[in-house]
Amino acid sequence: MAEAAIELIGINKSFGAVRANRDIALEIPRGTIHGIIGENGAGKSTLMSILYGFYQADSGEIRVNGKPASIKTPNDAIAAGIGMVHQHFMLVENFSVLENVILGAEGEALLNKSIAKARSELRRLEQEYGLEVDPDAIIEELPVGLQQRVEILKALYRGAEILILDEPTGVLTPAEADHLFRILQQLKEQGKTVVLITHKLREIMAITDNVSVMRQGTMVATRKTRETTVEELAELMVGRRVLLRVEKGEAKPGAVKLSVKNLTVKDSRGVTMVDDVSFDIRAGEIVGIAGVAGNGQSELMEAVSGIRKAVSGTVMLDGKPIDLTGQADPGELRDRGLAHVPEDRHHVGLVLAFDESENSILGYHDKPQYLKGPFLNLDAIQKDAQEKIEKYDIRPANPRLKTANFSGGNQQKIVLAREIEQDPGVLIVGQPTRGVDVGAIEFIHKRLIAMRDQGKAVLLVSVELDEIRSLSDRILVMFAGRVVGERGPETGEGELGLLMAGVEHKEAAE
Amino acid sequence: MEFIDALINILNSTIRVSVPLLLACLAGLYSERAGVFDIGLEGKMLAGAFAGAAAAAVFASAWIGLLIAVLVSVGMALVHGFASITHRGNQIVSGVAINFIAAGSTIILGQAWFQQGGRTPSLPPEGRFGAVNLPFADALRDVPVVGQPYSGLLSGHSLLTYVAFLAVPFTWWVLFRTRFGLRLRAVGENPAAVDTAGISVAWLRYRAVICTGILTGLAGSYMALAQNAGFVKDMTAGRGYIALAALIFAKWKPVPAMFACLLFGFLDALSIRLQGSPLPIIGKVPVQLMQALPYILTVILLAGFIGKAIPPRAGGVPYVKER
Repeated sequence: MAEAAIELIGINKSFGAVRANRDIALEIPRGTIHGIIGENGAGKSTLMSILYGFYQADSGEIRVNGKPASIKTPNDAIAAGIGMVHQHFMLVENFSVLENVILGAEGEALLNKSIAKARSELRRLEQEYGLEVDPDAIIEELPVGLQQRVEILKALYRGAEILILDEPTGVLTPAEADHLFRILQQLKEQGKTVVLITHKLREIMAITDNVSVMRQGTMVATRKTRETTVEELAELMVGRRVLLRVEKGEAKPGAVKLSVKNLTVKDSRGVTMVDDVSFDIRAGEIVGIAGVAGNGQSELMEAVSGIRKAVSGTVMLDGKPIDLTGQADPGELRDRGLAHVPEDRHHVGLVLAFDESENSILGYHDKPQYLKGPFLNLDAIQKDAQEKIEKYDIRPANPRLKTANFSGGNQQKIVLAREIEQDPGVLIVGQPTRGVDVGAIEFIHKRLIAMRDQGKAVLLVSVELDEIRSLSDRILVMFAGRVVGERGPETGEGELGLLMAGVEHKEAAE
Repeated sequence: MEFIDALINILNSTIRVSVPLLLACLAGLYSERAGVFDIGLEGKMLAGAFAGAAAAAVFASAWIGLLIAVLVSVGMALVHGFASITHRGNQIVSGVAINFIAAGSTIILGQAWFQQGGRTPSLPPEGRFGAVNLPFADALRDVPVVGQPYSGLLSGHSLLTYVAFLAVPFTWWVLFRTRFGLRLRAVGENPAAVDTAGISVAWLRYRAVICTGILTGLAGSYMALAQNAGFVKDMTAGRGYIALAALIFAKWKPVPAMFACLLFGFLDALSIRLQGSPLPIIGKVPVQLMQALPYILTVILLAGFIGKAIPPRAGGVPYVKER
């Protein structure tokens, strides 16, 4: 095996009572792409922040190229040849690419020489690694894929030999992600060492040479990528066997619960986002809406759940119309048995600054079981939250903890528990597993299937085609605001992909 | 000729009343560009004016007065920095506290030291910054066209006036042509980017508030040692707030800041000039309305005419390393 670029020996780190890293040992051979995988909160980011000098380990040793390195600040890490591309970009948005690249590595007190130097250095890096970007472009005007490239350039400009990328594909489109992977391959060929932190198994299999798995702050295994499988990695990550495919029985559709007729919705700019859409959802079935993000799914969901004004059309819930003027009180729809799990749990689904228990009744807080006269019945609310925590395995199991301190998967479970436990007849779910880790995905999928089997009507909107295909009993494909096709769940990915790209739709129009 | 004289006169007083605004405005620019909002410009100016006047009176030296003014003002700026950078306190609360401390303590100390009802003793000429005559100002006075503007308008101001206007291009140069300026702007936009680049966010912000302290010290010195001959209680009279308004109006840029301060200064000078004299068509305007004019215009300009003023993105938010 090649010499180790990085060796971590016995790293420990605690935040208060939480042990984020326990006795971590890790060896990363030089000139390889090394994946570090684990669920949200497994301690991957903490470990890399220690390596980058952002935090300091409570104990343990870091060796770079075989020599013990004392990394106390990012400066030490940069000096040791370590560069990091953070999950949330560390860029100054109204600065130019050049200014961002030189920030902290200016060299001298006046800028003109350092800018000239950076300009020629960027040209060299562009030729060497195919990292093209206009040095004078302003960051906020660049697409995220290019912004990320600037982050990589920043690290290379500082002479990084070891590049750490923290969840680099979370914000990228699939095409941008593929491009990134090609760049990483090229870096590897030039002898650089790449550390890739992710929770996406597909990426690990696609690009890494070795993979290390973290779980609850410990390093549980390191494997050669070609000698392992997705199933094994998933099991190592979660600590038990994970069903990557959802098991479900035949649907038994009953009466129509939700009926949408000729619905047209415009957005705030007056652009038609939902164009004459009609469909029915019956009790005991999951109807999935597939489509590339931005083709009207969000607006459709908002109109049906009474948040957004519709231009025309009708929506019937249990045979009675829903007010589509945008004046509707979503509380009234909840009373009528329509629950909504919004796509954006941070801004719409939750108040992050509230306790878990407060969020777990939000919107239902005026139900008699949570009230004592005009006041909230705090004991009842705590007890109710505790029950949901147990039933949905929400961690940490503390109803008084601030919601912002839960991981994405657990936040999503808080929203799902709140909406599902009110026993609605119709459930509208948007992006139920966005930013959620493998173990929680499995749980959420099982809950949705259980809803269906209890005879509820479920409308599922997701940009994850796998999710749509494995959960839905019927699939509607949306393109440019219209439903361009209805297919069964056994339909191939290719056919759905073409529909989502609007291919058949265009042909039909001609 | 009478009109020219009147114009020169108004422009002259425009410059005089603009100087403290400009110095305070640039002071705020350093701090706010670094992400530390500073509503305490007023207090630091006032404290600087008092300290400068007191020291100049005791030592009979304008230069010692200036030095003490700057030291006191920087000291107060560091208090604001300690509260809002090191202890991540609320920047508005800290700034307001500084204003109150300055307003109260200048009167109390002034009365205790000089027994003149909060005033400092009237300064002798050597305790003040007198008029600086530019070269050939007298010789050129009667030259047509250029003579009057040069001798009557550009020449004859105090040293601090020239410092204030030279501070404008200097600030621009620091901000956009030096490493310190690049980092200063960066830390006001995204301190995490600065931190991960291996630069200390706290030390950078402290340096910015020190710059603020120096400039508010100069502003206070100008008021007590050049514009007037000593300290009078509450002599800054809200100029620190007007300077903040000018800073927003100028979108946190040095050259527009100068024009904004000159505009506010001009309105102020105009209102003094027009007090009591009837205007054509409108007739006699109450004094109070003329005095309120700069403020009314500030509100109107800020409300509608400058478009959206986007403050430095990290402004007002203490930097905490995220977990």
